[in-house]
Amino acid sequence: MAAVSRARRLKLRVFRIVTLVVFGAFFLIPIYAMFEFSTRGNGVDAPRTLDNWKAIGTYPDMVAGIVNSLELAAITSVATLVVLVPTMVWVRLRLPRLRRVIELISLLPLTIPAIVLVVGFGPMYLWLGTNFSDSILTLSFAYSILVLPYAYRALDAGLAAIDVKTLSEAARSLGAGWPTVMWRVIVPNMSSALLNAALLSVALVLGEYTIANNLLYPNLQVELVSLGRTNAGVSIAVAVASLLFAFVLLIAISFFGRPRRMRSEVA
Amino acid sequence: MTAAGNPAVAGVGRPITGGRRLSLTWVGAVPFLGYVSVFLFLPTIIIAAGAFLSDSGPTLSNFGNLSRSYIVSATINSLILSGITAVLGAALGAVLSYAIATGNPNGVLRRAAVSASGVLAQFGGVTLAFAALASIGPAGIVYLWMAQNNLDFYSSGTWLYDLRGLEVVYLYFQIPLMVLVFLPAVDGIRPQWREATESLGGNTWHYWRYVAGPLLAPAFLGATLLLFANSLSAYATAAALINQGGIILPLQISNAITSEVGLHEPGFAKAQAVVLIAIVGIVTALYAVLQRRTGRWLQ
Repeated sequence: MAAVSRARRLKLRVFRIVTLVVFGAFFLIPIYAMFEFSTRGNGVDAPRTLDNWKAIGTYPDMVAGIVNSLELAAITSVATLVVLVPTMVWVRLRLPRLRRVIELISLLPLTIPAIVLVVGFGPMYLWLGTNFSDSILTLSFAYSILVLPYAYRALDAGLAAIDVKTLSEAARSLGAGWPTVMWRVIVPNMSSALLNAALLSVALVLGEYTIANNLLYPNLQVELVSLGRTNAGVSIAVAVASLLFAFVLLIAISFFGRPRRMRSEVA
Repeated sequence: MTAAGNPAVAGVGRPITGGRRLSLTWVGAVPFLGYVSVFLFLPTIIIAAGAFLSDSGPTLSNFGNLSRSYIVSATINSLILSGITAVLGAALGAVLSYAIATGNPNGVLRRAAVSASGVLAQFGGVTLAFAALASIGPAGIVYLWMAQNNLDFYSSGTWLYDLRGLEVVYLYFQIPLMVLVFLPAVDGIRPQWREATESLGGNTWHYWRYVAGPLLAPAFLGATLLLFANSLSAYATAAALINQGGIILPLQISNAITSEVGLHEPGFAKAQAVVLIAIVGIVTALYAVLQRRTGRWLQ
């Protein structure tokens, strides 16, 4: 019996190593290729150069696209949290009947492709542009819908880990008003969930292309594609940088999420 | 439970104040509901209604226009692309999930693999097109290296910008998505089941064929459907890779709303959008059904 399981463990190890090496190569080679491409010099045997990376700042459209996307990411993540967090807390406390409805609505954007949504956004943004503002920052309205499912799930996990009802009733019985309950009791207790939701929103907005491109707003990804047609090297440099940035954000999320979950498992 | 905590009870006891408290309670949900009404429901209504409207009133002609040959072939291409990448992505992603799940659950490897999967599955988009260009594009390092070694995979034409190219590139977000949705199911397998199989005299084949396989089957099928829907909906990667034309339905929709033609036929894009969302909706509903079956065993 022991011999059988030892043989099996060895087989499993070989399987794991082979699988991980093959898939690792499959996914890492293109990333490496982007670094390689973006550091090529002019000419066949030219030495490696960081010229493409240094040149990013010399393309005003690219810089504007990056700034636009960063502003959109900040506005979208804050606006989503401001609308979603009080609603979710309130529904848990006072409107439990509505909870399934809010969940269903929040997850709905996952099943509606962005390329479909943008068809409906078209006339709306045309109207917004002529009557209100044609600033690219109005895209935040649409982006809040796109990030809704991700933000909802992160916040729901955070709320599930704390006893909202007891906390708020304790605070209320000590004389706290609702704003105090939100700001000084609920929010500090679910800070890691808030951070998760915000970081996911940032990563999603920085990678968004479908809506901006079809509504003709120049965000980071739209500028990437248009620059890619004239100067692939610089464009690929920005692309790999943005990909790594998103990876860093998600790794950060995987660390923030952990301690609270472990504590609640123990309890 | 106090009366204040339960507006319905308060409403029965004290009709007047209870009634007001009830409405005040509902006010708390208004900002959210108002927001999604305007930016989620309204665009959906615009599409659904617009698909049946023309300048001269209600019509079905928008759907009649879908029989144009380039829309038919784009739809078929989309279905082929989604079918192939869903099956391949699910199979390869399942193998990768198993390799990840059998490692340390809190290890660096798993953390990095899951985070990287999240990046590629959800935020890849345009970047994946650039990654393909830099690696297997005509000037990419992988292509140049293989061509030097007499393995020129473009000898019969550069297929990167065709459906075949999309099939390869789409795997870069389909496999990671499979890892994200299938890993929890693989985590649900318990080592005791393996031991039980062995104590009953079963070998590895028996275990996979009669125990783990049937348990994972609903989750696997469900995930495959999700991948299918995901690939149907994807736009960014294809748009960034292919400059012109519309070989798949999402590109046709984009052409219809951004081009001159689109201004003359506003209902056309909406009819295409209705078709796309109908397919995605059916597939997603099947996924939800299978997901519920999975939940019974693997928790």
